[in-house]
Amino acid sequence: MGRIVLEKVVKRFGQAEVIPPLDLTIEDGEFTVFVGPSGCGKSTLLRLIAGLEDVSSGRIVIDGTDATELAPAKRGLAMVFQSYALYPHMTVRRNIAFPMKMAGMDQAEQDRRIAKAAEALNLTDYLDRKPGQLSGGQRQRVAIGRAIVREPQAFLFDEPLSNLDAALRVGMRLEISELHKRLNTTMIYVTHDQVEAMTMADKIVVLRAGHIEQVGSPLDLYRTPRNLFVAGFIGSPRMNFIDGAEAAKHGAHTIGIRPEHMEVSSTSGLWKGRVGVAEHLGSDTFIHVHDTGLAETMTIRVDGEVDLHHGDTVYMTPREEMLHRFDAQGLRMAEVGVPA
Amino acid sequence: MATQHSRSAARLMMAPAVTLLLGWMLVPLAMTLYFSFKKYLPLRGGDLGWVGFENYVRFVTSSAFWPSIQTTLVIVGGVLVITTVLGVALALLLDQPMWGQGPVRILVIAPFFVMPTVSALVWKNMFMDPNYGLLADLWRAFGAEPVQWLSQASVPSIIMIVAWQWLPFATLILLTAIQSLDSEQLEAAEMDGAPSPKRFWYIILPHLGRAISVVILIQTIFLLGIFAEIFVTTGGAFGTKTLTYLIYQRVLESQNVGLGSAGGVYAIILANILAIFLMRIVGKNLDN
Ligand SMILES: Nc1ncnc2c1ncn2[C@@H]1O[C@H](COP(=O)(O)OP(=O)(O)O)[C@@H](O)[C@H]1O
Ligand SMILES: [Mg+2]
Repeated sequence: MGRIVLEKVVKRFGQAEVIPPLDLTIEDGEFTVFVGPSGCGKSTLLRLIAGLEDVSSGRIVIDGTDATELAPAKRGLAMVFQSYALYPHMTVRRNIAFPMKMAGMDQAEQDRRIAKAAEALNLTDYLDRKPGQLSGGQRQRVAIGRAIVREPQAFLFDEPLSNLDAALRVGMRLEISELHKRLNTTMIYVTHDQVEAMTMADKIVVLRAGHIEQVGSPLDLYRTPRNLFVAGFIGSPRMNFIDGAEAAKHGAHTIGIRPEHMEVSSTSGLWKGRVGVAEHLGSDTFIHVHDTGLAETMTIRVDGEVDLHHGDTVYMTPREEMLHRFDAQGLRMAEVGVPA
Repeated sequence: MATQHSRSAARLMMAPAVTLLLGWMLVPLAMTLYFSFKKYLPLRGGDLGWVGFENYVRFVTSSAFWPSIQTTLVIVGGVLVITTVLGVALALLLDQPMWGQGPVRILVIAPFFVMPTVSALVWKNMFMDPNYGLLADLWRAFGAEPVQWLSQASVPSIIMIVAWQWLPFATLILLTAIQSLDSEQLEAAEMDGAPSPKRFWYIILPHLGRAISVVILIQTIFLLGIFAEIFVTTGGAFGTKTLTYLIYQRVLESQNVGLGSAGGVYAIILANILAIFLMRIVGKNLDN
């Protein structure tokens, strides 16, 4: 149903090539997240799929048919915009009804779908309000409601949560995941927030400057990042990178170790440093370590509370099997005995 | 936040402006009211004393009164319709990305900088003159008899001249309104399956509602007082006598200041009725 295939898709704005030739397949029913730093072309890619931008060359195939030249409305996709893009002069009911009205659906069916969507999204009490009288989270839900009543082949989300506060964001994240489980429709979700990507995705597509750096499940990316960029982008706090002699000991140009993969001790260990800022989150503590002679600062994650204070000496020992090795090009090197 | 001290300082500093403005408005208003209750004929005896409401009664019972109200409303209404409809159309066009956008926009706005007297004279002599006007040439080119614009189609001609002057204003306001429309809304509508006429009807036009009501309100206030365009073209003949023009005739041609002042008071009342009515509409639009 909602299988989307991009073949050699290129997008240029004037001279600037924002998306270099790109191939990607999104399977039916998959929750795919495009993640990457701001300006890397995530929105552009999504808009190409939606048909809001024309491809410079290449093909877009949706559900087996060539959709490259198809008008946005004909592609059977629904999009939720970052600004929600609700129609401000229409009530919530009319906003949600709009795509169905445009499709000329009969009134009874429209009412049935509105009622169903409103119930699923907790909007029943707000149907007669205007978007201006709703909170950010409610507006977001209206935008989702407007998308689901069309029963599209796939949903496209462009940073839908970036205008919400942190608590709401977590809630809406769950709701969208829930929605995906329930509808089992293909969803493409764009975000610059790797936490959203990790928590929601079946498949993550990491983009940098229009290039796909790696495609894989969240755990694939976490465990075996293909290069330094992915290694640094996925995972929070960021992976620690060490160059030079220490890396050479492992036969690599750069080695990486995640903050959660180091043993910490105040008496002995492989690497020595001085405690800088400690961020206490209750469940765990992030400690920034200086003066290790290995990297500018290193971050370590320890469970719960630790008795380490600013200025204390700290020893860290990486868990050998959790070390990532990268060559001079920044590409992952095969693990000893195991191909990468 | 403002302390007592800074508030009184603010009042003090605003005082000259407020006083000037009040004087500016109140003195002419008071004088109009004063004269409207007098028989005052500058060339035929001057101030002939108080006459109560006689001027008011005479002004409305004169055969020229109701036709002048009608002409005023027809001209104002005609100009409003033309400027808003064409203004929306032009604004939509100018919003499209195109080559030479800057100069084109300035050109479109240009008529607004031409003084009413000048533009009326240009229209009268350059376009509408039945002998050597451009429109006459055009008619002749098609083998038709040139139209005597200002006598045979006097009211439409004046509407055309005034609309030409006010179209840039409407276009400008509507263009800024169109530019403030969130493009994601249009894209959302496009994805929702609305073709461009429907996007215009359901998204752009409601978005422009507020700007349109502002255009109508401001233009109405100014259009009620148009004078130069009539003065230099028809001189009030051929059914183009508006309320303003009638007042002018009463005061200057008949040399009856009292009667003219009474007409002025009626004009104020008419303007206020329209203004209140329009403010209601605008207010409703501004609410949401
Ligand atoms: N309409 C456009 N015209 C020219 N350049 C554009 C246009 N849209 C996006 N770009 C450029 O394309 C790049 C990718 O933009 P975008 O897809 O919005 O990034 P992201 O969504 O990942 O933050 C940016 O460098 C941006 O400047
Ligand atoms: Mg973006």
